[in-house]
Amino acid sequence: MSVPVDLKYSKDHEWVRVEGDVVVVGITDFAQSELGDVVFVELPALESELSAEAQLGVIESVKAVSDVLSPVSGVVVEVNSELEDTPELINDDCYGEGWIAKIRLTSADQLDDLLSPEEYEEVIA
Amino acid sequence: MTVSGCKTPLFELHERLGARIVEYAGWQMPVQYSGVIDEHQAVRQSAGIFDLSHMGEIRISGSNARSFLQQCTTNDLDNLEPGKIQYSLLCNESGGIVDDILIYCHPWGYELVVNAANRKKDLNWLRRHRPERGVVIDDVSNETALIAVQGPNSEEIMSKALNSDLNKIGYYRFVATRYQGKSIVISRTGYTGEDGFELYAGAEAADGLWKKLSAVGGDRLVPVGLGARDTLRLEMCYCLYGNDIDDDTNPLEAGLGWVVKLDKEFIGREAVAEVKAAGATRKLVAIELPAQVNGKRAGIPRHGYPVYHHDRPVGEVTSGTFSPTLHKPICLAYVASELAELGQELEVEIRNSRVPGKLVKKPFVQPSVKR
Repeated sequence: MSVPVDLKYSKDHEWVRVEGDVVVVGITDFAQSELGDVVFVELPALESELSAEAQLGVIESVKAVSDVLSPVSGVVVEVNSELEDTPELINDDCYGEGWIAKIRLTSADQLDDLLSPEEYEEVIA
Repeated sequence: MTVSGCKTPLFELHERLGARIVEYAGWQMPVQYSGVIDEHQAVRQSAGIFDLSHMGEIRISGSNARSFLQQCTTNDLDNLEPGKIQYSLLCNESGGIVDDILIYCHPWGYELVVNAANRKKDLNWLRRHRPERGVVIDDVSNETALIAVQGPNSEEIMSKALNSDLNKIGYYRFVATRYQGKSIVISRTGYTGEDGFELYAGAEAADGLWKKLSAVGGDRLVPVGLGARDTLRLEMCYCLYGNDIDDDTNPLEAGLGWVVKLDKEFIGREAVAEVKAAGATRKLVAIELPAQVNGKRAGIPRHGYPVYHHDRPVGEVTSGTFSPTLHKPICLAYVASELAELGQELEVEIRNSRVPGKLVKKPFVQPSVKR
């Protein structure tokens, strides 16, 4: 399972890439592999305010429905609408083209609550 | 993550193949290997190999075996002779479905292939109705392995691997033969809608058979897990016990009237006959959802989701998935009989939004089984 070293993680298998006061969020390689073939993604509304662990979206694989939880508190400033047509991007490139949303952080210090790559590797070990 | 449950004789092999293992009906079963959609397409286009050793096998023999089974099952055993197989139901006194089963007719008696989750229930039920003498009930599930090979290339692969011309086995027929000195049963049956076989063998022979089939099939035969087994059967509208049918559904509303012979005696006959006379109040129908709604993909209908007709709740989804063949969400649902007409527009509620769907003819995909 790939766990890139330049990202932060949640115990719920989301990854976070910090770009200034905005973070890019997606699900990890472990999560997409557990889900299997993704066939539908429900994205959050733009401008919606989310607290950490609130529902960010829904991913459906052939087998099951899973909630995506927001790893941070903030406001949704961009969503990956490509996923509405090609949800399989989450399987093909979960850390790249399969990103889900960009969130403007309410505070930067919450990033300290997230897991390091090493800590996340422990979670999925 | 810890998965518990019994292991089939092929468990280590699945782990080596990198299968994702889940608990299903008390067994540790492979749910997928390469991916549900890939595996599904492989079965439709080439061939797939399945471990179904979790299924139950119950032998019924003795001088009263025939009359006993005739009384316990809804289909007519008079249509069976050695070498033939029948799809049938066990019904309770209220006409609810105890299980849906296959009955293999052997020279020595009958072998029932039952759903893994129902094995104990079926055994208790059969024992409760057994006459005082002349019926032997033998549960051989634990010592029996079941491997299915399904798909257009299955006859060629199976014939070559078993060094036997399987073309002569007709649909819903079987041969009892030997492989490397061990008894096996090969039947032309399946749960995918494709031509294919099911192969019963002693647990100790399973590993060798799987490896032989894999060696002969090469990349034209892919291992398939329970995930694709479900999407394959759902495209065919084959009922799944526990989802589409259970102790409280009757065969007529489930569309299984064709295996219920009301002109013979069987447990539950009165109740089913009453439903037939009055007409079923609900029916299991096939609903197709559009690939896109307002330019976006819609969600997938799942077991338990409500079905609406203009703001009125009229039914419930029993099985739903994304059809890898049609590239659309599909489902089976019970709906009020007056709405069970082809072309009827209905809505499925998926996470608080109503998605428009249309009632279509069963099955969703035309089968290519050998007739």
